[in-house]
Amino acid sequence: MAKRNFKIYRGDNEKGEFVQYEVEVAEGMVVLDVVHRIQAQQANDLAVRWNCKAGKCGSCSVEINGKPKLSCMTRMNEYGPDETITITPLKTFPVIRDLVTDVSWNYEQNKKIKPVKLAPESKTEKGYVMYQKDVERAQEFRKCIECYLCQNVCHILRDHQKQDKFIGPRFMIRAASLEMHPLDIEDRIPEIKNDYGSGMCNITRCCTDVCPEHINLTDNAIIPLKERVIDRFYDPVTILRRKIFGPWKKKRPPIKN
Amino acid sequence: MLDISDIKTIEHDVLIVGAGGAGLSAAIEASGQGQSTGIVMKSLLGKAHTVMAEGGMAAALGNVDARDDWKIHFRDTMRGGKFLNVWRMAELHAQLAPERVRLLEEWGAVFDRTKKGLINQRNFGGHRYPRLAHVGDRTGLEMIRTLQDHGIHQGIETYMECTALDLLKNEQGAVCGIVCMWRETGTFVIFKAKAIIFATGGGGKAWDVTSNSWEYTGDGYAMAYEAGADLMDMEFNQFHPTGMVWPLSVKGILVTESVRGEGGILLNSEGTRFMFNYIPERFRSETADTEEEAARWLAGDQSARRPPELLTRDVVARAINAEVKAGRGSPHGGAFLNIATQRSAEDIKKKLPSMYHQFKVLAELDITKEPMEVGPTCHYFMGGIKVDSDTTMSSVPGLFACGECAAGMHGANRLGGNSLSDLLVFGYLAGKHAAEYAKGLRSTSSFKTNDASRIIQHATSILNREDGANPYLLHEALEQNMQKHVGIIRTKEDLDIGIREIETLKEQYKSVKAKGASQFNPGWHEALSMRNLLITAEAVARAAQLREESRGAHTRADFPDERDEWLQYNIVSRKGSDGKMELHKVARSAPDPELERIAKSTIDNLEAEIATERGNA
Ligand code: SF4
Ligand code: SF4
Ligand code: FES
Repeated sequence: MAKRNFKIYRGDNEKGEFVQYEVEVAEGMVVLDVVHRIQAQQANDLAVRWNCKAGKCGSCSVEINGKPKLSCMTRMNEYGPDETITITPLKTFPVIRDLVTDVSWNYEQNKKIKPVKLAPESKTEKGYVMYQKDVERAQEFRKCIECYLCQNVCHILRDHQKQDKFIGPRFMIRAASLEMHPLDIEDRIPEIKNDYGSGMCNITRCCTDVCPEHINLTDNAIIPLKERVIDRFYDPVTILRRKIFGPWKKKRPPIKN
Repeated sequence: MLDISDIKTIEHDVLIVGAGGAGLSAAIEASGQGQSTGIVMKSLLGKAHTVMAEGGMAAALGNVDARDDWKIHFRDTMRGGKFLNVWRMAELHAQLAPERVRLLEEWGAVFDRTKKGLINQRNFGGHRYPRLAHVGDRTGLEMIRTLQDHGIHQGIETYMECTALDLLKNEQGAVCGIVCMWRETGTFVIFKAKAIIFATGGGGKAWDVTSNSWEYTGDGYAMAYEAGADLMDMEFNQFHPTGMVWPLSVKGILVTESVRGEGGILLNSEGTRFMFNYIPERFRSETADTEEEAARWLAGDQSARRPPELLTRDVVARAINAEVKAGRGSPHGGAFLNIATQRSAEDIKKKLPSMYHQFKVLAELDITKEPMEVGPTCHYFMGGIKVDSDTTMSSVPGLFACGECAAGMHGANRLGGNSLSDLLVFGYLAGKHAAEYAKGLRSTSSFKTNDASRIIQHATSILNREDGANPYLLHEALEQNMQKHVGIIRTKEDLDIGIREIETLKEQYKSVKAKGASQFNPGWHEALSMRNLLITAEAVARAAQLREESRGAHTRADFPDERDEWLQYNIVSRKGSDGKMELHKVARSAPDPELERIAKSTIDNLEAEIATERGNA
């Protein structure tokens, strides 16, 4: 046990302040444990979201010393013994109270994505037939726990507030998981360009860096989607590339590594 | 005096409480039937406890071993439940699970595949064949995301971060609404509905060491109880054998049974693979008795019998408990679970990626190199709201229940993997029958305004009183009490103390006080859920005291064996007219003879019978 210092944002979207807490920290504790200890002993009404405490639900996202993280998977021993640890709510979303933000915008984006539609001819009595190597790409994106850390960190949303033009990396990979589903026959390429705003992303890879599920959002999902858009809408670069390398393959069979 | 007409009301044909796998399945079905459907949840959409389910969903698809059949799944389920399951529910579950799993695939779930391109299935405790459809070790996430993404296009209204407080009934005693509270603002809302489905999960938060999140506070049990519904089998609480035991702050967090399904072995501090010493008579003929045979089974030899680590959860949990008690535990009071010596590092990372990650981050331990330390953790309620097997309606008209909060399907002990499939099957049935029930009513009916005011006043008084008991401390006292006196091994003396302590806590609860305002106030939320936890805990402890035998997950040190006379009864708890909890021994109805024959035939006979049937078909 050792005493450690914390600064936590207390307040709402209009006004708030940093409050200092001194907490006994035991071996093996994560930042979320500290928040709970403060809640139980010093501030019963400290608002924080969490569910699983094991990095599986994506509820406990906050910014710790300015870095977006899952608080349940951030161990206290990542920080120096004398370091004051500052915990703030996700910056990109409006604060409801303390560490809890309003992430409802994300749920609205999800509704824009056309649902899966499987090729009926691949259905057999024993279900659909698809092979492991062909589902792995979609599976990578389906690991997403919707922590919205990538949405929080993407500068298009965080700094430029272009929420009306870009659905954000989380939903780009959701679109990608459908586009790269081996049996999906829906066409989402026009929406990816026009409604989801694939052109807004300038490949800074901040979303990939922050993803707790280690999903390679930028290289495996966003760039391939951008390419499909370009391919469809005849970008001059692609036309040139086509001249040299021949046309890109159409959607089926699915793109592989 | 508060004016109920000031409180916003929202109307639906069918309202569902809880947005895990069961609630979402119910909502999809009810709205598919053309009913206006709403779903109320305490967390955000997609965060329910289902996301933590790891291993898979059991369904006799027969993709890996073609010999599998619903009858064998049914037999496994009944034997795992020590024959206390409601026969018809176990039958419906085994029969309907395969088509529900395939439907999930149609809705976009991307399961791991067999070589032939079908849904892959893995081995799990108590299942005769590889039966669990899965996605690595994050199957629950796949299920909830699939249902969520499918559901958002079905016109279902979702009400997030909204806590249900209590049910409202009409003059005829049928459920017609529910009072809820927005967690964000602390304001109240009344939902009126023709039918209400509870999919509220369990109540593991009454114990100190649990795999359950804060949401698991027995809300459905308590609200149903208060509305006059019967609770059944509440003494059966599953302690999952493998929870993390270290570091302390993550004690209880689940280590998936897939670790054993993929070959993981249990060792004590002397390095003995102790499960060989704990094989119950009933399973002896189907369990390997040497390490050599267990190894052959892992290598895929179909003639070898299953390793003893894959015995049912109650057996494994008690074995670990006994080893620790005998002084052969691991340094932090558990057993060693080792997969590192059984599988290659590459295999482990591929098959158990989130376990690898969980131990790496939370315990700074590499499971591809070192053994994990594990011990029992309160995981699941087999008991719950008593429902009709086919319609899932409770004993109160208009109230339906499905998933963990409903009783009957799993009997005295649930098999791993039967929960996710339960959510799909009974979620669907609840949605279907609630919709049909709603179609039979012309409109929602009015509730008694007094009831609504009483519910709201109880909630606000917690904030308004000057001073009183701290809800966090009450909760902690309850957890310690349940852990100590209503734990994995029970005795009459302990249960007596446990019940007395619950009575004391109930008294203290009358003056519980939460500080702060009503907006997003966790202290207040904690205080509100304490009422539900106390009712849940009382039902568990009293039923555990009444059942004088050991069966499945309910172990009485003073009655160490199964007793046939107890197989004839379920224990039902309900609120008496004096407001006190009443317990009844209710005789079970006789099983369908054909089902009984299937469940009790030897595995060889049953397999031969199925083979003949298929040959003739
Ligand atoms: S790579 Fe694109 S989506 Fe990701 S953070 Fe950068 S700009 Fe945003
Ligand atoms: S992609 Fe990664 S960072 Fe983004 S929401 Fe999903 S899990 Fe979180
Ligand atoms: S609490 Fe679930 S990811 Fe942190």
